[in-house]
Amino acid sequence: MIGLNHYLTVSAILFVLGVLGIFLNRKNIIVILMAIELILLAVNLNLVAFSAFLNDLAGQVFAMLVLTVAAAEAAIGLAILVIYFRTRGSIAVDDINRMKG
Amino acid sequence: MIQVFAFYLFSGVMILSALLTITARNPVHSVLWLILAFFNAAGLMLLLGAEFIAMLLVIVYVGAVAVLFLFVVMMLDIDFAELRAGFTRYLGFGSVVAVALLAEIIVAITVRSEGAITLGGAAPTSSAMPNVQALGQLLYTRYLYIFEAAGLVLLVAMIGAIVLTHRDRRDARAQNPSRQIARRPQDATRNVDQPVGQGVTL
Repeated sequence: MIGLNHYLTVSAILFVLGVLGIFLNRKNIIVILMAIELILLAVNLNLVAFSAFLNDLAGQVFAMLVLTVAAAEAAIGLAILVIYFRTRGSIAVDDINRMKG
Repeated sequence: MIQVFAFYLFSGVMILSALLTITARNPVHSVLWLILAFFNAAGLMLLLGAEFIAMLLVIVYVGAVAVLFLFVVMMLDIDFAELRAGFTRYLGFGSVVAVALLAEIIVAITVRSEGAITLGGAAPTSSAMPNVQALGQLLYTRYLYIFEAAGLVLLVAMIGAIVLTHRDRRDARAQNPSRQIARRPQDATRNVDQPVGQGVTL
């Protein structure tokens, strides 16, 4: 039978894949943003699984809030990406050094 | 039995597509794999009985966020092959960190199942009410302020994205209503007593 641990393991694997994605695509900021979405998805899966197995609906409420913040983060991140590309013509992470002291 | 099969199907496809998301050569393919991962995560949440979050995941993530990613990937003219340089260089170190992190989390999960955590102030799910109704009741009573704050976050994000990407184009022929209204007839037209057989001076 599928228990809470199964869900937690699946979401742990998803979380780790997101972290690995940030490591592997160090130069490509679009894929980094997608990896962050994967991490947030893993967190949501955790929250919903706990909510279901502990009979507490608060987990689903917080999953919804995480979803909201993830959507806002994607919108702002991609907007910054677009204006950055417009001014510099590149989105390589190594080139983003304008604000270094 | 069918639930067990569905669980393994959804989680297997989700993990596979997440893996392909981070390793695909073409970012457009990455976005498409990401969409598949979101669909399968929605399926997993449906198995848990959280149908509202599952539908929200499909609508918000697949319908909005993934499409936004697709737009940006296709809009920017980038040499993605150049951005992939160093992929193999980070593979070893990244894998070590990932395996260590996964081992840690799995140890945490195993330890957690040893002892029960006492939780206070639970909001119990009643089987009499559908998930959507129960969630709505909780959302609009107990978590009303957080819910409003989430709306505010979305509003700020929307305004921020518009302000950041809006550009004031000088060559665009936009209407200027106040200039149009302020224009008077005597500024724009001129009465001329035009003699016959002579040209007009403009």
